[in-house]
Amino acid sequence: MNGEFSSLVPFFGFFAILLFVIGLYCVVMSRNFIRVLIGLEILTKGVTLLIIAAGYLTGKVALAQTLAITLIVLEVVVVAVAAGIVIAVYRRNNSLDVTQLRKLKG
Amino acid sequence: MTINLIIMLFMVAAALWAVLARTLLKGSIALAIASAALALLIFRMNGPLAAVFELSVCAGLITVIFISTISLVQPFTPQEVAARYAARFKRFWPLLVLLAVVTVICLKCWTFPACGQALPESADVMALTRDLLWKARQMDLFGQVVMLLAGVFGVVILFKEENPS
Amino acid sequence: MKEAMNLPNQLILLPLLAVVVVNLPLGLRWAAMLGGVFFSIYQMWTMVFLPPLETGFFDLQIDGLSRVLLLSIGLVAFVSILAARGTIRDKRERFYFYNLVLLAMVGMNGLVMVRDLFSLYVFIEITSVASFILIALRRELDGLEGAFKYLIMSAVATAMMLSAVALLLLATGETSFAKVAEQMRLGGSGLPVLAAGLFVAGLLIKAGSVPFHGWLPDAYMAAPNAASILLGGIVTKTTGVYALIRLMQDGMFGTGMSPVLLLAGAVSIVAGALAALGQRDFKRMLAYSSISQVGYIVLSLGTGTALGVVGAVFHLFNHAVFKSLLFVNATAVEDRAGTRDMNQLGGLAARMPVTGFASVVALLSTAGVPPLAGFWSKLVIIVALYKSGHPVYAAVAVLASLLTLAYFLSMQRRVFFGKLREGLEGVKEAGWYVLVPTLALTLITMGVGVLIPWMFGSFVLPMEKF
Repeated sequence: MNGEFSSLVPFFGFFAILLFVIGLYCVVMSRNFIRVLIGLEILTKGVTLLIIAAGYLTGKVALAQTLAITLIVLEVVVVAVAAGIVIAVYRRNNSLDVTQLRKLKG
Repeated sequence: MTINLIIMLFMVAAALWAVLARTLLKGSIALAIASAALALLIFRMNGPLAAVFELSVCAGLITVIFISTISLVQPFTPQEVAARYAARFKRFWPLLVLLAVVTVICLKCWTFPACGQALPESADVMALTRDLLWKARQMDLFGQVVMLLAGVFGVVILFKEENPS
Repeated sequence: MKEAMNLPNQLILLPLLAVVVVNLPLGLRWAAMLGGVFFSIYQMWTMVFLPPLETGFFDLQIDGLSRVLLLSIGLVAFVSILAARGTIRDKRERFYFYNLVLLAMVGMNGLVMVRDLFSLYVFIEITSVASFILIALRRELDGLEGAFKYLIMSAVATAMMLSAVALLLLATGETSFAKVAEQMRLGGSGLPVLAAGLFVAGLLIKAGSVPFHGWLPDAYMAAPNAASILLGGIVTKTTGVYALIRLMQDGMFGTGMSPVLLLAGAVSIVAGALAALGQRDFKRMLAYSSISQVGYIVLSLGTGTALGVVGAVFHLFNHAVFKSLLFVNATAVEDRAGTRDMNQLGGLAARMPVTGFASVVALLSTAGVPPLAGFWSKLVIIVALYKSGHPVYAAVAVLASLLTLAYFLSMQRRVFFGKLREGLEGVKEAGWYVLVPTLALTLITMGVGVLIPWMFGSFVLPMEKF
């Protein structure tokens, strides 16, 4: 590991950590289903950044790029299914308040 | 590298805005902006293909999904929005403190180069990516196909209108 | 061309083909169930009789560990498809159910055969998405809530695992199991340790281990009955526990994670059993019991020894059998008596003798009463713990078996024994679609226990060679 390499790791890592903190906080504290999904998206942004940075720093951009493409495709499917669940919840319940659901059970 | 730093700062700011925004619509637009910033960053880091995907799928398609979901559910009245915004801010100001703490810890533990040097560009990233994607990582492509099929089932089952029974 | 259709490729391509064919406008929708049944029987048959160790198209491999998992997947999918035929009344819903089970099978079969960290993630995602939709299939509020909770927890776990993959990419420049493990052996400190921690935490969330178990009871309880069988029997075990076993076996993380696994396992065993004691809902109780039993598997892995891994895999197989059997029983009870509330049931053994008997067999196996299957796997786990110098954890494992027996006997007494409750006089034994899997699983539970020498020779011990 040369000096330049090790000094670049924190540079990307720091911003990925910031994105993780924002995303996780949003997932945990939000009361609206859609806002929870926004939090998840921010988490995934952090992951994408980390993967691309890892490829960039080890000189394996092509590999990181292929991984990122797959990640993005899978991510959109998960979001679509989640959106379907959110809409179905709304049709049943006429509310998107997470706490209203969680009150039902301990 | 300074430009990368600015882009990343911009991205974090956009993500923060997405979390704190007054309405969900603004939140999802902020998310799209964060995605676009990430796409720009990926492009600058020698990943043009992934950048295109990030831009079209994440900043485009996912935003469309979010906005159509938001438009399918009933909007709040302005009074509700104001009340919820106040409540949100009460719950979310610790996030700002948390971010500040994380920043301080990171700055203390790590030394940041004011202006790092990018690694030399590898010879032909495009050709290499193509080979990797279609030859070495066929399994992932296969997985993508199955995943899309599962997604189709999800959309067909979950988006279906309720029977009036 | 012959090579292109060898066993590993068949196992991921055939179910996909079945899904595609029945969905084409050829009027073949009726064939979905047959396809599922035939394919799962085929999968079980090949796993029992064909030699393992084949390498497929995209570097897919079947070794001893994959073989046991593939067998369990085929078995549970078979049971769940038949149970769906017997209990889901709506034709459309049933059709979707078969398709989703087949897609989940593609995901699970792929994930136990791949040899690459990132491909592992891809197949875990496929399995998870199919499971979300299965849970939400009826689009009732409970199911939607369970699915959403599962989705959120699963996505957070995914983010952790992918960050770990990125860190490993950074540290080693590779993502395939063999190459990462090789690099890890050369120098494992700093980044790799952080990566290992993140990966294990993500997998523990997916496996529903305490303290990350919050989503699991809701998801299991709210899912349609036939889907609960699939989820409780195999899905969380392949997406969470299998990956842990594989990574331990390949020496990806060294022994650094052992204390964490031991603690998480022991806490899961006790907390899950205690929570199960206080439940009224049949399926919710089974969900907590699952948490407790997964604890045994994690605990066994925590020893980090070859015997520990063997115990974990053996218990995983047994758990797939007896937990699916219990979920099938819960399905039969709810289908016939109309409720899962154990306080409103009673004396059903008189009306449903086969289900009542199967339930006794399953609960004794779960609690580890000899000579049933569960006894042997728990014995291996306890010996492994003792031998690796963890007598305290071994004692916890033994004592928790008593707790297991306690909550299951309480269930048996409230649901099946005693006087028949008023209003349940008209209850009949479950239909054939539910009885066939019940009988098959009962026979396997008893058979594995009796035929243990053969089982050890042909399934359990081959795993030890690594």
